[in-house]
Amino acid sequence: MFEKLLKLDRRVIFIFIAVALITPFFLDIKQPMTVSPEVRSLYDEFEKLKPGSKVLISFDYDPPSAPELQPMAVAMLKYCFAKDLKVYIIGLWPQGPLQANLAVEAVKADEHFKDDPPQYDVDYVNLGFMSGNEVVIKSIGSDIRRTFPRDNLGNPTHELEMMKGVTNYSNFDLIFNLSAGYPGTVEWVLFAVGRFNAKLVAGNTAVQSPGMYPYLNSGQLLGLAGGLKAAAELEDLAQYYGRGTKFMLSQSFAHLTIILFIIIGNLAYFATRGRNR
Amino acid sequence: METGFTFANTLAALLTIGIISFLWKDNLLYKICEALFVGVSAGYWFVILYYQNLLPKLFDNLGITQIFGGDPGEPGALQVLFNEGRADSRLLYIFAGILGIMLLMRLLPNIGWIARWPIAFTVGTTAGLYFVSYFHSNAMAQLESSIIPFTSFNNIIIVVGTVTGLIYFYFSAERKGVLGGVANVGIWFLMITFGAMFGYTVMSRMSLLIGRFDFIFATWLGLV
Repeated sequence: MFEKLLKLDRRVIFIFIAVALITPFFLDIKQPMTVSPEVRSLYDEFEKLKPGSKVLISFDYDPPSAPELQPMAVAMLKYCFAKDLKVYIIGLWPQGPLQANLAVEAVKADEHFKDDPPQYDVDYVNLGFMSGNEVVIKSIGSDIRRTFPRDNLGNPTHELEMMKGVTNYSNFDLIFNLSAGYPGTVEWVLFAVGRFNAKLVAGNTAVQSPGMYPYLNSGQLLGLAGGLKAAAELEDLAQYYGRGTKFMLSQSFAHLTIILFIIIGNLAYFATRGRNR
Repeated sequence: METGFTFANTLAALLTIGIISFLWKDNLLYKICEALFVGVSAGYWFVILYYQNLLPKLFDNLGITQIFGGDPGEPGALQVLFNEGRADSRLLYIFAGILGIMLLMRLLPNIGWIARWPIAFTVGTTAGLYFVSYFHSNAMAQLESSIIPFTSFNNIIIVVGTVTGLIYFYFSAERKGVLGGVANVGIWFLMITFGAMFGYTVMSRMSLLIGRFDFIFATWLGLV
């Protein structure tokens, strides 16, 4: 039997993984969520802000990374609008501001905001995408209105009500970077924190978050949410349950399946090792 | 996002299934989807780079758009120069344009060497831009955060992991005796780090798959 297991077609494993991922979509189970210290720190930085505080959110990702980062964006946008924080959206990735628009639409569709939906140029502005990667981050330190001459709708930035009195990082109380790679959190740490002492928290894809822990440990990052698990934790903290919580169940089922196959594979290996000799 | 069997949703779902079908085996549907992805990506990036870089930063700022009858909202640097006799700082974009053209010389084998100059310029400015920031954030700040008292288990792990990891990469002495033992501890820290990174990577890739399955079952089929 163990020999058969060792020669198992990899496509059988793919089928098991697919079933593990899809089945939870049809289950109504609430997975208990333990909040990690780094996600708690991120949330606490938002908690410290007073109503009317200015938050710069940089959407540095595209649709492939949306399953991990979009739930974080939606949860924290809901939190910001509910607390009357002023949100300034930018993107260093071309599709970032479009992801931001989808997140804002998701907030507007939420029943908590149906009576008082967030208003453009009152609660939030979307300054759009700007090419130039880290140079854009450095340039915001001098003048954000020169860096983004027009918003995502084509309006001159200096004419926007929310941009009055906003010049550079000193006018923002917090920066929230949602990152899936380059340019992303590393560049924000190097140029916004390193050069301008900006206060930065970040939401990252799981694949890049291990590389961010040194910045968290050194205090250059004040909070970090890494991957789908952190997205679900943020939803739990903000009390807005969405796709992060829903997807996490699939993630857990898949992890259990993988662990099961690792155990079976090792058992089969050790059971047949002597025979092969 | 609109749900159901719309044209866009159906196309996206078929392309998703086409790409995933590679897991079964290489096939024609996968090849079509792959070629389509490469072509669309190239076209998308061309349009983005033209409308985000060339048009607003070079043509509009210099006044080339205005020469051809376009109206970006203000006169370009060339119009300011010839109409008002004033040298606008945006004239500096001429150098960026020249460097860009020099970069394209790479396509001509006989004068391809010209492309080395803009590449040297790019490498030089990027190195200069990053040098101070990297040194501050990735060296000094990390060094500072590693000099900590042994007052907690976490602090001990950080200091021991940093020191033994650095010693593992010390190749100027033969790895035996105390040095060898410490380096072996460093290997353990490195292996645990790689394991954590691999675990995070698996989690990330699963998330991508969950996103596509959610699209197929919830957005397209409307089953969830």
